[in-house]
Amino acid sequence: MTTLPGLLDTEAIRKDFPLLDRVVHDGKKIVYLDSAATSQKPRQVLDALNEYYEQHNANVHRGVYLVAEEATALYEGARDKVATFINAPSRDEVIFTKNASESLNLVANMLGWADEPYRVDSDTEIVITEMEHHSNIVPWQLLAQRTGAKLKWFGLTDDGRLDLSNIDEIINEKTKIVSFTLVSNLLGTQNPVEAIVRRAQQVGALVCIDASQAAPHMPLDVQALQADFVAFTGHKMCGPTGIGVLWGRQELLEDLPPFLGGGEMIETVSMHSSTYAPAPHKFEAGTPPIAQAVGLGAAVDYLSAIGMDKIAAHEHAITEYAVKRLLEVPDLRIIGPTTAEDRGAAISFTLGDIHPHDVGQVLDEQGIAVRVGHHCARPVCLRYGIPATTRASFYLYSTPAEVDALVDGLEHVRNFFG
Amino acid sequence: MKLDSMYQDVILDHYKHPHGRGLRDGDAEVHHVNPTCGDEITLRVKYDGSRIEDVSYEGQGCSISQASASVLNDLLVGKDLAEAQKIQETFLELMQSKGQLEPDDAMEEVLEDAVAFAGVSKYPARVKCALLSWMAWKDATAQALGELAERKTA
Repeated sequence: MTTLPGLLDTEAIRKDFPLLDRVVHDGKKIVYLDSAATSQKPRQVLDALNEYYEQHNANVHRGVYLVAEEATALYEGARDKVATFINAPSRDEVIFTKNASESLNLVANMLGWADEPYRVDSDTEIVITEMEHHSNIVPWQLLAQRTGAKLKWFGLTDDGRLDLSNIDEIINEKTKIVSFTLVSNLLGTQNPVEAIVRRAQQVGALVCIDASQAAPHMPLDVQALQADFVAFTGHKMCGPTGIGVLWGRQELLEDLPPFLGGGEMIETVSMHSSTYAPAPHKFEAGTPPIAQAVGLGAAVDYLSAIGMDKIAAHEHAITEYAVKRLLEVPDLRIIGPTTAEDRGAAISFTLGDIHPHDVGQVLDEQGIAVRVGHHCARPVCLRYGIPATTRASFYLYSTPAEVDALVDGLEHVRNFFG
Repeated sequence: MKLDSMYQDVILDHYKHPHGRGLRDGDAEVHHVNPTCGDEITLRVKYDGSRIEDVSYEGQGCSISQASASVLNDLLVGKDLAEAQKIQETFLELMQSKGQLEPDDAMEEVLEDAVAFAGVSKYPARVKCALLSWMAWKDATAQALGELAERKTA
């Protein structure tokens, strides 16, 4: 069996994930290589969800009875855990949403309704990049269309990195917000945050970072990033679906207007007008995803107990091995960086002219689960002149043996369509 | 192996050696995409009255979507519209059968090579691939005949 320096004790870790024992297609043990789409869930998170519903289920911030107070304490406790996990200066800067898409839409809509100095209008510009997930493209297109602002973006280099050669032109005095991904879900590229943030700060633009593919895989420190907003989702980091996070700097959350209105986000309401609760509640209208937040709290505990540094080292070792092995496959072209440096553990590739759908189907028959398609990042596919890719993505439970299974599986695909 | 039920030899043959591929003169052109996977097809139809004179296409996609377009070209070119519609409806019925429909002789007579797609109907994610060109043809036909009708009444 292949051993690599930096690997976690995956034998122990995999015991925590019931789904990884799943047997599919006539007795084949599943090889789950789609964690960039959603991670599997450890028993600790499933137990937390169960215990919440069986012992503490009540609505939050309302009842005076014991169980309601327990539910509120668990929900707010999850906020504390997330705040610590991302090194937020204050727990009140952590807003719970439904997913990263909602977090990014929330930022776009805060700005869409904001007064000066945040106001986005036809004299201003919004900057994104060509490697964004659709969830960090479409909200900004909508904002641009509705306000008349101009949408600009950084292009990509041939080796799958951001082309920052014209950064001073793209980010200029008109720029109001720069929103970009920390790690690309398709290319795997980890972007140079500092250079972008420095330029944005020079011109007084806000910075929003999509950390969906980063928060599960590496230590995330919102203070070190120096961004204004950071968005991510729970279900890619061992948490349940239905819970996302938006972190925002306190003074911005105080200044910017709410987006969704309803219960929970108010201070007083009359038939004519209302005043709003302070952040984070100002941005959490209605009954929140309580159990899901509790589940995310358990996921954060789980990941922290292992250590994000160690998880990052494990994934780096797996990625290095996977890149090396995949490049041995004839006709395989990696779309994105071909080294493990400044790179996450999602690896997209094409295999000759065999369509990714067909690659994925034949791999599935061998129990190997990968993602095929344009990965909600169609502009990236257009940039590299391909209709789609096959993507294998790894996590703390992935093993070198699973990389080997993928490589063997691809050989089978080549024979099948050869 | 189950895979063989999807990737019948007939399908792989059409995929590797597509019939009627390439864009030629037509009365109407449509562009259809399968947004989940990036399959795309540009398809043109040419009518001679109610007879299908040509269905030409260009596209990119998986073996299922490409083979399906090739089979469509084989089956529909030269047919009368009413007969082509019957073939299209029968193919749709087969593809929506979730693998529950065993094609009988009558169906085989209508669908010819297209019965090979019966196995694909078991894979929900792939049914759209098989139907892509057929939906494009239906759309293009509606446009072409609509325009012809307009021209006649004009």
